[in-house]
Amino acid sequence: MFDYIIRRIFYAIPILIGVNLITFTLFFVVNTPDDMARMQLGIKRVTPEAISKWKQERGYDKPLVYNGAEEGAQKFTHTIFFEKSTAMFVFDFGRADDGRDIAHEIKTRMLPSLAIALPVFLLVLVAYVTFALMMVFFRATYIDFWGVVLCVALMSISSLFYIISGQFFISKLWHLVPISGFSGGLDMGKFLVLPVVIGVISGAGASTRWYRTIFLEEMGKDYVRTARAKGLPASIILFRHVLRNAMIPILTGAVVVIPLLFLGSLIAESFFGIPGLGSYTIDAINSQDFAVVRAMVFLGSFLYIIGLILTDISYTLVDPRISLE
Amino acid sequence: MKALIKYLPALFVALLSACGVGSWNDPYPATDAGENILYSAFAERPKHLDPVQSYSSNEILFTAQVYEPPLQYHYLKRPYKLVPLSATKMPAVQYFDMNGGRLPEGVDKEEIAYTIYEISIKSGIRYQPHPAFARNKHGKFLYHNLTTKDLAKVYKLNDFLHADTRELTAEDYVYEIKRLAHPRLHSPIFGLMSDYIVGLKEYSATLRTAANKQSKTKGNDAYLDLNNFPLEGVQVVDSYTYRIKIKGKYPQFMYWLAMPFFAPIPWEADHFYTQHGLAEKNITLDWYPVGTGPYMLTKNNPNSVMVLEKNPNFHGEAYPAGGTTEDVKVGLLADVGKPLPFISKIMFYRDKESIPRWNKFLQGYYDASGIGSDSFDQAVQITGQGEATVTEAMRAQGIRLETTVAASTYYMGFNMLDPQVGGFTESARKLRQAISIAVDYEEYVSIFANGRGIPAQGPIAPGISGYRYGKEGINPVVYDWKNEKPRRKSIEIARILLAGAGYPNGIDIKTGAPLVLYFDVTARGADDKSKLDWMRKQFQKLNIQLVVRSTDYNRFQDKIRKGNAQIFEWGWNADYPDPENFLFLLHGPQRKVGNDGENAANYDNPEYNDLFEKMKNIENSPERQKIIDRMVKILRQDAPWLWGYHPKDYGLYHTWYKNVKPNTMAHNNMKYHRIDANLRRKKRHNWNEPVLWPVVVCLIALMAGLVPAVVAYRKKERGAGIGNLRERGENV
Repeated sequence: MFDYIIRRIFYAIPILIGVNLITFTLFFVVNTPDDMARMQLGIKRVTPEAISKWKQERGYDKPLVYNGAEEGAQKFTHTIFFEKSTAMFVFDFGRADDGRDIAHEIKTRMLPSLAIALPVFLLVLVAYVTFALMMVFFRATYIDFWGVVLCVALMSISSLFYIISGQFFISKLWHLVPISGFSGGLDMGKFLVLPVVIGVISGAGASTRWYRTIFLEEMGKDYVRTARAKGLPASIILFRHVLRNAMIPILTGAVVVIPLLFLGSLIAESFFGIPGLGSYTIDAINSQDFAVVRAMVFLGSFLYIIGLILTDISYTLVDPRISLE
Repeated sequence: MKALIKYLPALFVALLSACGVGSWNDPYPATDAGENILYSAFAERPKHLDPVQSYSSNEILFTAQVYEPPLQYHYLKRPYKLVPLSATKMPAVQYFDMNGGRLPEGVDKEEIAYTIYEISIKSGIRYQPHPAFARNKHGKFLYHNLTTKDLAKVYKLNDFLHADTRELTAEDYVYEIKRLAHPRLHSPIFGLMSDYIVGLKEYSATLRTAANKQSKTKGNDAYLDLNNFPLEGVQVVDSYTYRIKIKGKYPQFMYWLAMPFFAPIPWEADHFYTQHGLAEKNITLDWYPVGTGPYMLTKNNPNSVMVLEKNPNFHGEAYPAGGTTEDVKVGLLADVGKPLPFISKIMFYRDKESIPRWNKFLQGYYDASGIGSDSFDQAVQITGQGEATVTEAMRAQGIRLETTVAASTYYMGFNMLDPQVGGFTESARKLRQAISIAVDYEEYVSIFANGRGIPAQGPIAPGISGYRYGKEGINPVVYDWKNEKPRRKSIEIARILLAGAGYPNGIDIKTGAPLVLYFDVTARGADDKSKLDWMRKQFQKLNIQLVVRSTDYNRFQDKIRKGNAQIFEWGWNADYPDPENFLFLLHGPQRKVGNDGENAANYDNPEYNDLFEKMKNIENSPERQKIIDRMVKILRQDAPWLWGYHPKDYGLYHTWYKNVKPNTMAHNNMKYHRIDANLRRKKRHNWNEPVLWPVVVCLIALMAGLVPAVVAYRKKERGAGIGNLRERGENV
């Protein structure tokens, strides 16, 4: 397994280079280093000298990918792409365009993102799997029918609608929790209730239907019929046998997102005033901060690859027939 | 599952206790209830808090409370008046000729080679407590030689255990002026000031050379001690007096002395913050200001909350007298002579979205709020007399509305380099004048700005000297004076002008083709479509086809810089209350194309340029007003802009928020504001009683849904399986 993991990590390098290249291309198709300088320096009284100085300080005064003025390998290494990309592979994210240290920002913002994402992830997994198993148990009854109707209805509504409705009813009309904000310590709880509840409800439709499909397939198998014939209670059949045999597709969807939980949610964090990495990314996009955008995209890709490796490892844990070689 | 049910009540109780003893939706710690704290929100995090770099209004909101330049604007007086802040009196201004000979007041501008501003500051002013000043018992600085080990447990400025202060000196003001030219800083006013402060441009080159030399031995970010590099244009006279030497005459310089760019910076702070390892922890002067003002920034987490607390070393200032009778009527003079500041702590919470911000204001958790277009109808109604006031719902909550015309202008510009709409030919002039009449800005303000603005008669905003009110202030090209009001000329007049321009009924008489003009705008969302449709209709009144060329903001700026736009929208917020700060926007040498100035229309009229040069160098006087009138008249005739409108700022304030007088020039107003914290606590409590019945209904609904499922489950479980059949005595 160790060899397999090492191999997968090596496979990740070209993927990360590719992602980095695409991010770089997309970013500089719509922004030039001059645009970035103007965005940082403001729109009033910005002189060409100030723009030139800003670019020089941050290394944006070089050509993007090919430096014809240099010799040999330096034609490629003395470029914005090379200089900005190589450091990231040792996780040196550098500084944001406003001067703040990106690694420090990521460290401090990770916890607020995780504070929402982790409970949502766990609750979602437990609630959706249970709900899906319940629908499967009551398949072809009114509970199954209305459960599916509810799922389709939940799927059809925009997540923004859940957020605004939740804030309107739960916070504004009923005064049960703060409408937005964040705090450390025990006080954190009251700020997490609303985003977590909304996070759980907003994703319920699609995921529950997906789990229901998986479980229905399992329910048709011989071992379930045998178990029922032996008189095993439904709860045992569902939670001990069906669930365990349906773990592979569940893990495929669930484990891969675990590392990404650190990155938070773009919309929810903005609406609930959570100072996490999701809102950090949105801010960076709005302020054309390439340093932060590429760092976040790189981190996202890296964590996704880690998630895929963890998924593969998790298969070996739930299914003894699988081994990683 | 049983365990979950067992611990559910305990979990619920824990959750409730986490909500605190106050209202459940109170976002603040229970310990802060009833405290003398002002709660405010910000949407966009400030980029710079270093006074030499910060320029945006969302940055000056913080820096203006911390830093004290020598001058400030009087809080109550209008028109805006400069008064001393840390200065003992207004600066003494002396003029000199080429040979250094002193010139008398009122001498011709041509004879003045340079001006000296001598500024005396008050003694006994002390800085806020800061680790940069902390010394050991031997008098050595505690934190000026930090090692990696020293910084191991330092994550924010408060992690330094010791802090001290020292007295403010003239040297600190001089130090800050030198920092305008610092090679590692980007001061937005360096370009402008290097044209005026003697030797500043050369000083920048000197510092750059020194920094490059130093970087070879000490690294790029090492401390550059500006005390070792004298600047010709600034001079320390004694501990409390310094002089600034300006090239020629520049009366507007006085206004700059009221901005944080000219606030003092102690060299100790600069030295402290440039130490290796601090920037990696985001501990920089750009994020932790050091000032002498009424407040100090004690927490800076721009992603979440920024906290200003009363500076324990504040030198003291009294609430000013000198307001108007209207100020007396609304209670603004009730605190005259009382020591400032009134509020102990100001909490700025980051709330990026307008909906939560607005609702928290309605719940009493923010003390003041702006008004977004979404909530405008909920908040404001227009009376029969056309005055804006709060709605009944707002009044019932005790919320009041404060309005003021901003020292800003939003205009539509013609590119004067464009062969069709630009230039000074009679045809082009008439075309621009016709369009000026056709585009109905009264309607625009009413529809798209909720009435928050007044149509402009020229470039200068109301409240600024040089602006003329009433009949003599109207733009005769666009308006007539009827019934004591400006009335836009009829569209027929515009059509006649258009015909005179060579486009009768919108047809080019030379080519016979319809007149097509191009409106360059930044990429718009669906919300702005109606604005663009409206604009097309305005041009359609003259049978002109308006083609909208939408692009992103970067490309739009590029077009403006290169002069590739034809008609465009732009705006300007004044830096100081002087007509020069508006009229320079049309000064030829300031044009965008070629000179990269602020004149986006590239207007370049020699007569106007000459008048501008005369006007900018003289103090407000009838003579100056005469020149301004002439300049504005030229502009109205040439019509390089559709003058657009001057926006009105609307602000809502709760009943417990006192001493608020909108001031679009000064930003250090927090020290004058007062809060009735007890009243706020009571109101918050009354407005935010938790409503529990929906929770009960939800629980009942959940149970009602679960019970049939449980019954069905049990029935199903009993209905099958060998064991069950045996239990029921059936044959298996």
